Order: sequence, then structure tokens, then C-alpha cells
Amino acid sequence: MLSETILEMKDICKSFPGVKALDGVGFKLRKGEIHALMGENGAGKSTLIKVITGVYEKDAGLITLQGEPIHFKAPEEAQNKGIGTVYQEIMLCPNLTVAENMFIGRSHNPVVNWKQMNEKAAKLLDSLGIPASPTQELSSCSLAVQQMIAIARAVDMDCKILILDEPTSSLDEDEVHKLFVLMRELKERGVGIIFITHFLEQVYEISDMITVLRNGKLVGEYETASLSQFELISKMLGNELEDISKLKKYEPIVSDSITPVFEARGLSSAAGVRPFNFTIQKGEVNGFAGLLGSGRSESARAIFAADKVTGGEVSMKGKRVKIKTPLHAIKQGIGYLPEDRKDDGIIADLSVRDNIILTLQVLKGFFKPFSLKQAQVFAEEYIKKLNIKTPTPNTPIKSLSGGNQQKVILARWLLTHPEYLILDEPTRGIDVGTKVEIQKLVINLAASGMSLTFISSEIDEMLRTCSRLIVMKDREIVAELKGTELTENDVMNVIAQGGKTRCVN
Amino acid sequence: MASVSVIKPKARLSNSNILFLIAAVIFVLMYIFALISYPASFMQFQTFFDLFNLNAPLIIMTLGLCIVMIGGGIDISIGSVCGLITMACAVFLESKSGSIGGAILIALGIGIAFGILQGYLIAYLEIQPFIITLSGLFLAQGLLTTLHKDPINVTMPAFVALRDFDIVINWLGTKNRLGIFIPCEIKPGAIIVVILLVILASLMKWSRFGRNVYAVGGNSHSAMMLGINVKRTIFITYVISGLTAGIAGFVYIMTTGAGNVGNAAGAEMKAIASAIIGGTLLNGGVGNLLGAPIGTLTLLIINELIRAAGVQSNFQAMVSGLLLYFFIVLQSIIMSLRDRRKFSVSLPPWLRLSDKAQKSSQT
Repeated sequence: MLSETILEMKDICKSFPGVKALDGVGFKLRKGEIHALMGENGAGKSTLIKVITGVYEKDAGLITLQGEPIHFKAPEEAQNKGIGTVYQEIMLCPNLTVAENMFIGRSHNPVVNWKQMNEKAAKLLDSLGIPASPTQELSSCSLAVQQMIAIARAVDMDCKILILDEPTSSLDEDEVHKLFVLMRELKERGVGIIFITHFLEQVYEISDMITVLRNGKLVGEYETASLSQFELISKMLGNELEDISKLKKYEPIVSDSITPVFEARGLSSAAGVRPFNFTIQKGEVNGFAGLLGSGRSESARAIFAADKVTGGEVSMKGKRVKIKTPLHAIKQGIGYLPEDRKDDGIIADLSVRDNIILTLQVLKGFFKPFSLKQAQVFAEEYIKKLNIKTPTPNTPIKSLSGGNQQKVILARWLLTHPEYLILDEPTRGIDVGTKVEIQKLVINLAASGMSLTFISSEIDEMLRTCSRLIVMKDREIVAELKGTELTENDVMNVIAQGGKTRCVN
Repeated sequence: MASVSVIKPKARLSNSNILFLIAAVIFVLMYIFALISYPASFMQFQTFFDLFNLNAPLIIMTLGLCIVMIGGGIDISIGSVCGLITMACAVFLESKSGSIGGAILIALGIGIAFGILQGYLIAYLEIQPFIITLSGLFLAQGLLTTLHKDPINVTMPAFVALRDFDIVINWLGTKNRLGIFIPCEIKPGAIIVVILLVILASLMKWSRFGRNVYAVGGNSHSAMMLGINVKRTIFITYVISGLTAGIAGFVYIMTTGAGNVGNAAGAEMKAIASAIIGGTLLNGGVGNLLGAPIGTLTLLIINELIRAAGVQSNFQAMVSGLLLYFFIVLQSIIMSLRDRRKFSVSLPPWLRLSDKAQKSSQT
């Protein structure tokens, strides 16, 4: 089982201002091995990868590639030594053709031979079953296809080591399966694969070894077969682990007689949601369930008027209101935590403090700025409340890990004390520990009287937090599910059938 | 290969190509319009050649600028650098040691020096290109007025001969009112335009460097991750732009034969407008060098038409400004329509059905 070591890292240290990202981490990759690198967000996985590929320079430590010490200063050097990397965010150029994206930056020939390049690309795409044409512009391919092209590029480089940093987050099940077939084939060829993902099932399906990092330190290296899922989670979370299943479900006291906090009738938006009716009571948590593209996010965006509202009327506490822009919604006491944290949520270059007070400042008016002292008080309060890990409130938000960025955005909304808060995929791409924290927070907020809509791809999370599930399919509400005895299977069935029958347990 | 292209989805036209196509169609339409409205002047081949003869420096500058813009940058120093070079060449040619070879060296030297300085500051020190080249603009202007304030007419015999040199095409031309055949004349500057166009367009299409420029302009972070030396690529684009400004400066003085403080003033703005009309986007990553001369010529024909229509001079600028708005809006409308079509393909089935139903009900 344990064959020749191709990559070995010893005592790697790397610091960023205020944070020790890696502290004496060791890592070993053998030939023909699929090695999962696990850890919470901010544990140092991405930093470790970037140290290997030469994006960051290590402060201390030793990296050897097949017994030879290496020290890369740029990604191209790692590439030349046979280390191929596929990142979570697609690192390709949208304005170039598919074939160019597969071969650019690799040839030392000063002249581009388009014919030869297109032929080689066509062969490779065919052999991997990727539905794209070599001469197509990359921007005209779907995200999943783009990710496959990035992998094809790495595969074609005769790499000895392939690093896959969350390659599956934008792929559907079928595509994940295809990727795994590809990974096994590469493994047969003797390629060492480092695999990073948040999906535990995928780790157990494909990996041979698991290395766990926590807070920039090495926890240990384990054989996948001899490490149970529970043990893995506890190693990732350390002492912070609380068995998620013990999380108590909150049961709101909801009577239908009182006026709902928010009510929508025949609401539709330019993003293509069909007119829908929706109500939420005080202290209620409900959720939009459905597959990606079913209209669950679009409905939430329609309520917040993040997409152009094309019809319908809304009322807050029984009073009809006009919500045509997000600012109207905010003024009515509605908050919306967007699905796309990077584009719609954070202002990357502003500090954590400024990101937190942003919405409150908007409500107060820009000509009445908060004093630095006041802002600092707000920021510190919520950093403490939500347990945000940041060196100082003054740190730019972009240097925080995904989970902590999410908490900052959450803090931004909580600071405005909304009556109705919509959380669109608040737990996506963040670590298990923060996921539990956010779910707990949702329940506590509801208990304090806030109404919330919780949207997640993970049905078990919604079952744990929501008292009512609104199931969507093809941009339309197909069912409403209530009851404490709901199981994941029930919801799946409703989504699968997509029937118009209203099943109420 | 044929079988592969049958199986694979049909590749759609790239953004660079569609914008180039738009530019080319607009140019042809404008020229046809000009031919119909003013056949007397536009019917002559000489008029067409004169567009190149008289505006060679602008086209050459636009070529270099297009490369910078495709790489995601901007260079607004080119006009002033070009003006500085005309004056430097004039001063040198009028001095005792003046020679044409030396003047060419001076022209290229100053251009490349500006390119290297600005390229270094922008690529390696990562300073905003707008600020750096704005400083370059001021620097070149200052050097120009320091060098010499009054116009200089170059009187060196060898240079005057070069200035007056024309390539005469004996088989092509028109008869004037007296019935005397006047053959067409092409200035050497026009030949330089064609040569540079071929070299630079090939460079962008078939060289590793050229494709790297597109990659950097498309997404510089990705380009870095793909193993492209982004800094060096950006650096070289500015050196090329400096070089073309140098060539443009020499061609300018070769055409006019005089150094003047006002030479090529504001040419950078015309070059930017030409590049945009020619289908190069300001955001970078999209553009086609063949669009550079087309953009320049379209801009010039617009100006010619306005002048021929007898519009007052202060209205001329307004009309060409409005037309620029029109072209840019047209470009973005076409681009967004294109995206909408792409979107409609990925629409859920129920919407697609209603689409079909609409179509069938219409027909």
C-alpha cells in the first residue's frame, strides 16, 4: 500500500500579518495515492497548497520532490516540475478558446501552431468525454465544463502530482462521478493526487489517506479505511465538536390568526420566478427547498427586490408596502444574506469593521457618519457575539477565511435588527464548526422573535432549523411541508415527484 | 478533424471577431455612404490612399495602443511622445551632424525609452497605467517645449528628398478637368503602416507573446496561475506601444517635414477612439489589430463627411462626439443581445416551449 514518496513537506511555516497560517506542518504524498487534505476553513489547507505551487513563499521548512529539495517562486516553475493544480475558482481565461486555455503558458515555442493545438485539444476532450469544442470561446462553456477543461489541462501536463482544490463544488453528481473515474485512472498511472473537499462522502469514496490540519497545525495522517467519519470530524474540529445531531430543534409558537410579518401575493421577478404567494409569521423559520436552479434563490431575491420585481404585491405586518429596490427592503426591516458572498456580500478591501457597519450606515445616511469609536464598539460587540476570528477589527475582510467572512456579513445584518432575515446558502463552502454555529444562531434569533428564511442545499440542515419547508421545482412552488417527523427522504420524494399535491404531515 | 467538428457543438464567433466584424461593416457602410454623397472626391483612388498617406502616424499609434489595451492597460502618452520625437528629429536634422539614419535612431530610441520606463513602472511596480502614462504625457510635453519652442522647417536636402518621395502608380489614377492623367501616389508612410499591420497582427495571432497578451487582458490572475509571466508580458506591451509611437513620430516628420509644438497634439485621444471603434474593448482581452486601421479610417471618414457637408467647425467636434457615442452604444447593444441569446439557450424547458409557441403563432 505505502509506495515510494514523491512529495514530502517538513516543518512548513508561513505567516501573514497577524495570523500564523501554517505552523510546522508536515505532509507526505506517495505515488499512485489519492490523499485527502482535510480541515476547517482557515485551517491552512489552501495556504499549504499555495506554498507547494509557489504562489506563496514559505517562511521556513523543507519541501522535497522525489528526494530533491525544491523552492518554487512562481506557479510556472511548479508546473514545469510536474505539479498540476486545479483551483476551486476556475483559473482560466474566459476570452481565449478552449484549446488555448489547455495549452497556454506551457509551450516554449514562440510560434503558436493553431492546427496542431486544436487537434491535440480535440483528442484530449474526446478521451475525457468533455462536451466542448476546441475552438469555442471559454466563456460560452458552462462552469462545470470549464472546471473539466482545467482538469484536462492538468492531466495533459504529464503531472506527477495533481492538486485538486475543491474541484467538485460546482459539479453535479454525474460530473463528480466522471471526475472520480478520471482520478482513479490517473492513480493507476502512478500520479499522486492531493484532494481537498468539504464533502465527507466524497473523501470516503475516493481517498486512500487523509491528512488533517487544524488552526495551521498538523493533527495527523490517517488511512481512510481505518478512520470513521465521526473520528474525522472530531479531529477536524478538535474540542469544539458538538455532535450536530444533538442540536435541538426550535419549535415556534405560531398561530395563523396573527398578521404575518411579511406577506407576498403573486410576486414574480425578471429572473424568471413564477408568481408565488408567501407568508412568514413572527419568530418563524421557514426554508425554500429544491435543487439548484429550482428558483429557491430567485424567490428570495424577489422578496428582497435584488432582481427586478415584475409583479405582485407585498405587505409587512398587514400594511401594503412598495419594495422595488433592496434599499426599500432594508428600510422595511428585511435583510438578505446573499448566496454569492464574494460578489454580492463582502467589500473585499474594506476592513471587518467597515463591512459590519455598512448597512447600518446606509440606513443612517452617509452624511451622518458613525464616529470611529462608535463603529469600533459595534464591530467588537459582534466579533465577540459571533466568534469571528480576525486579528483586529481593522483587518481587511479579504484576508479572513470564508466562514468568518460569512459571519461578518451576518453581523452586518444583525446590527440593523431586521424583522425578517433571509439567509441564502449561509453554510455553503464553510467548515462544519461554523455551520453548526450558524444553525444555532438561526434558532436563537427565531426564539428572540425574528422571522427567518433559511435556504440550503443540505436538506438535513433545513430540517433541523425550519418549521416549514417550501419546496420549489422549475421556478414554482410545488409543495409546502410541515411537521416534526419530516425526514430527508420525504423532502427528496416531493422534489422528485414535483407533484402539485400538498402533502402536510 | 472533420468528424470531430461534426460531433462537437458549433463554435460561436469570439467576441474579438464579432466586434471586428461590426467595425468592418460600419467602415464599409460609411465609405459607401461617402461615395454616394460625395462621388466627386471619394470616387478617386487618391482620396482613399490619402487617408493612409496623411494619417499614417495615427494608425501606427493606434496599432501599438491596441496591443496595450488588449493587455488590459492604457497608454495616453503616445501623442505627446510622438510630438516630442518630431521636434527632436527636426532639431537633430537641422544641426550640423544631422543624418536621416541618426534621426530614425533618435525616434526609435525616445519611443522605446518611454516604453521601457512606463512599462517598468506599470508592470513591475504595479502602478495604475493611467497615472503613469499621464505623467509620461506631461513629461514629453515639457521636454518638447524645452527642446524648441518655434516651428522648425527641416531644410536638409537628403531629408527634403525623402519627404517629397512618392511611390507613383502609373496604371491607376484619374483625369483632371483638363483631361490630364494624374497617377495615384502613395507615401512611404502608408507602406510602413501596411508592413507594421502585418507584423503586429501576426504577432498577436500566431505568437506565444500575442496570445499571452490576450490571456493577461482576459484575466491576469488566471494568466499568472496558468504559468504566464504576466509582468513581463505587460512590460513588453508598453515597450511596443513606445516603439510604435517612435515610428509614428518619424513618419509624422517624414510627411510634414517640420517640427512643431502642436505636432500630434491630442493624438492619443483620437487613437483611443479609433481603437474602440475598431473593436478593442477598454476592459482588455478583446480586440483585433486589423480593427485598428479600420477604426482610424472610420473616424477620419466621419470627419471628412462632416467637413464636406459644410458643417460649422465647432459643430464638427460635437457631431463626431455624438457619432462616437452612437458606435459605442451600438457595440454594447450587439454584445448584450448576443449574451441574451446565450441565456435563452440555457432557459428551462417550459420557457423554451413558450418561445416556440410564440414563434409559431407569429408565423
